[in-house]
Amino acid sequence: MGSIGDVVTRAVKKHGKDASMMLDVIRDVQSELGCVSDEASAAIADNLGVSKVDVDGVVSFYHFFSKEPRGKYTVYLNNSAVAEMKGRDAVAKAFEQAAGCSFGVTTFDGQIGLYDTSDIGMNDQEPAALINGVVFTNLTPEKAKDLVFQMKAGKDVKAMAKESGDGQNQSALIGAMVKNNIQKKGAVIFAPYEAGSGIKKAVAMTPEAVIEEVKKSNLRGRGGAGFPTGMKWEFTRNSKGKKTYVVCNADEGEPGTFKDRVILTELPQMLFEGMAVAGYAVGAEEGVLYLRAEYEYLLKYLQSVIESMRNSNLLGKNVAGKKGFNFDITIKLGAGAYICGEESALIESAEGKRGEPRNRPPFPAQNGYLGYPTTVNNVESLCAAARIMVQGGEWFAKMGTFQSHGTKVLSVSGDCSKPGIYEVEFGTTLQSLLDEAGGSDAVAVQVGGPSGKCVSKKDFGKKLSFEELPTGGSIIIIGPNTDLLKVVHNFMDFFVEESCGWCTPCRAGNVILKQRLEKIMAGKGTESDLKEMAQWCTVVKAMSRCGLGQTSPNPIATTIENFREVYEAKLQKGADFVTEFDLNKAVQEYCKTAGRNPNIEGH
Amino acid sequence: MSKITFEIDGKSCTGKAGQTIVEAARENGIYIPVLCWYEGLKPAGICRICTVKVGGRNMAACTTPITEEMIVENALPELEDMRKALVEMLFVEGNHMCPTCEKSGNCELQALGYRYGLLAPRFPYLFPKRAMDASYTKIMIDTNRCVQCRRCVRGITAKDGRHIFAMQDRSGHSVIVADRELEAKMSDDLAKKAMDQCPVGAILKKEIGFAVPIGKRKYDKAPIGSEIQK
Repeated sequence: MGSIGDVVTRAVKKHGKDASMMLDVIRDVQSELGCVSDEASAAIADNLGVSKVDVDGVVSFYHFFSKEPRGKYTVYLNNSAVAEMKGRDAVAKAFEQAAGCSFGVTTFDGQIGLYDTSDIGMNDQEPAALINGVVFTNLTPEKAKDLVFQMKAGKDVKAMAKESGDGQNQSALIGAMVKNNIQKKGAVIFAPYEAGSGIKKAVAMTPEAVIEEVKKSNLRGRGGAGFPTGMKWEFTRNSKGKKTYVVCNADEGEPGTFKDRVILTELPQMLFEGMAVAGYAVGAEEGVLYLRAEYEYLLKYLQSVIESMRNSNLLGKNVAGKKGFNFDITIKLGAGAYICGEESALIESAEGKRGEPRNRPPFPAQNGYLGYPTTVNNVESLCAAARIMVQGGEWFAKMGTFQSHGTKVLSVSGDCSKPGIYEVEFGTTLQSLLDEAGGSDAVAVQVGGPSGKCVSKKDFGKKLSFEELPTGGSIIIIGPNTDLLKVVHNFMDFFVEESCGWCTPCRAGNVILKQRLEKIMAGKGTESDLKEMAQWCTVVKAMSRCGLGQTSPNPIATTIENFREVYEAKLQKGADFVTEFDLNKAVQEYCKTAGRNPNIEGH
Repeated sequence: MSKITFEIDGKSCTGKAGQTIVEAARENGIYIPVLCWYEGLKPAGICRICTVKVGGRNMAACTTPITEEMIVENALPELEDMRKALVEMLFVEGNHMCPTCEKSGNCELQALGYRYGLLAPRFPYLFPKRAMDASYTKIMIDTNRCVQCRRCVRGITAKDGRHIFAMQDRSGHSVIVADRELEAKMSDDLAKKAMDQCPVGAILKKEIGFAVPIGKRKYDKAPIGSEIQK
């Protein structure tokens, strides 16, 4: 410990007197002092030469930073839709009862803080929580009570996680109870991979030939947007800059996706080789892995993999024996913000700022990380690139459909008996995936997460592909016993919280949409309410600045399209207007103060 | 600088390389409604009211540079309706009581409301609980009126370049604040500039109020945009 000033000075000394390191400095201060108080942010501001409000602006932007202490033990309980399906509410109640405080606050003695958090990437083992960064999965009310008991006894958090995970989760450097749940291995990502094979093949070619090979493969970005990877690399290579960067987007935040977590756990070497391949192709010497804060438990392990790759000359100077090709990787941690999965917001965040998307042009390929040309690629895309080096672009292009080649790693969760990771060839139908995952009685499937599409049975025969059913990996199965509108509401809640707040339609529009949805769910909606809500979805989608707002109305818009009857059942048919005003509720506070009982009927 | 020829709503326009659609349109006598845009500040694409169609795609005209032979659609009825929707969103998102506001008549949000013939917003009022902070030295910040355009963030800085204003929090909770230390050191001129750059009445300079009476203010005389599109 030490005084606030000492802690800040130490953090700044460690990370450098550089505003672009602000996130790292804040993280150290937060973890050492439990919060970033006014005094601490003033000290950080002084040290980094920025104004205090800028530091506060960063602190308040990220979910895992706080101005107020959040307890010696901070419980972040996931509140994703699937967590709710799996009994999250009962677990939350058990936490509250045992701890003696409600969610959103810390106990009086400052020991335990209970907080909600958006999807932590554990949808296949919900309910799950992070306690001081340690993952707890498959929680039950009993387990929650036991955890609180142990926290009250002052136990070490790591020692509280008694179950053990599978695969590398058991390794000493991870030691997490997380399960990989790899249900199906495909040819591209989860097939056996010989260490060093991808990068060695790459450096035997010219960088231009590497790009050609990736273009030949027709590899498209696996994060969801599907931009051709080879083209991205070419743009980046052709941009002029003193330096070039490769940034790996390991900030999978779309509710329901957890495939990158499993790749990071089991195939980090393949990923880092993919980054080196990208570095060689675009002419970059530095790579940055932007790792979401929820996966901080993988940090030491990932760093050790990087270190061992340096020792075996797969990173560092003259990589794989290629004279003059130097490439190394550093890891930057996020701090809890879905929007940072958007590539320009990710860059802003990596630069120590609020994770707000940038205006385009310029594109990251021209002006990215620290102002240099940057290619930002998804974890899975980079692994695929490593594989393409080994097997060739043609081999890759043969798999899949007309516009979608290779395989896709899917994160399957929700109402099914075999949730987990499925690597399938593009073109697989949704129905066959459902059959494999034990989700045959699905009523609806959310393809591509909340920002994707909610499809009904009539679309189950469609192919998982960019042209028919695109997905960044999230597949959430919704069975007959799950309330669809509750799921939609959960998704809207998510977008309302995760909007960065920059542009009007996303900031205000999502709140308005959610409110209207609540009106309908409460049985107070009319036919025109539903019609208007659909129109407002169009406005938010059409006018928003980035992908978040352009897709955030999708949960409502696609369920109106595919499950209209669910809404109609809630409407007051034929009514022009249904008041939401509740006179009893409105005078409640007054009556309480005046010591009277409301007597509405009598007036 | 090289000349660029492009088109807005079928009218042939010329501009200079590097200009944005909004800037070039103004020089060609075409008003594209803006709110967060302010002459001389780096455009930020926040309010989205300037959204136009370029090649069928919606783009913020304030951040999109003109290119040779670009075809811009501006006065489309569907776009105008969506712009109006954004103005309405801003009205319901905050608490805007025009009759008691010092900025009435000089307020760009109010002026846009008039431009779009806004009678009642299509959205229900959110009536958020927001703060009015008069504890600053030179200014007051009434976040009820803030439209989060960040003109103050972009345009009002200390001599050493540090921000005096910054956004806090995110999503619908985001809010503008001033740095207490730097705000107290603002010159009177800078405080006045902060107030004048604010499109609404969120930033007010202390000790002066209603210096120009309502009725004789900028938009009392001529509607917004009329100085550009005659």
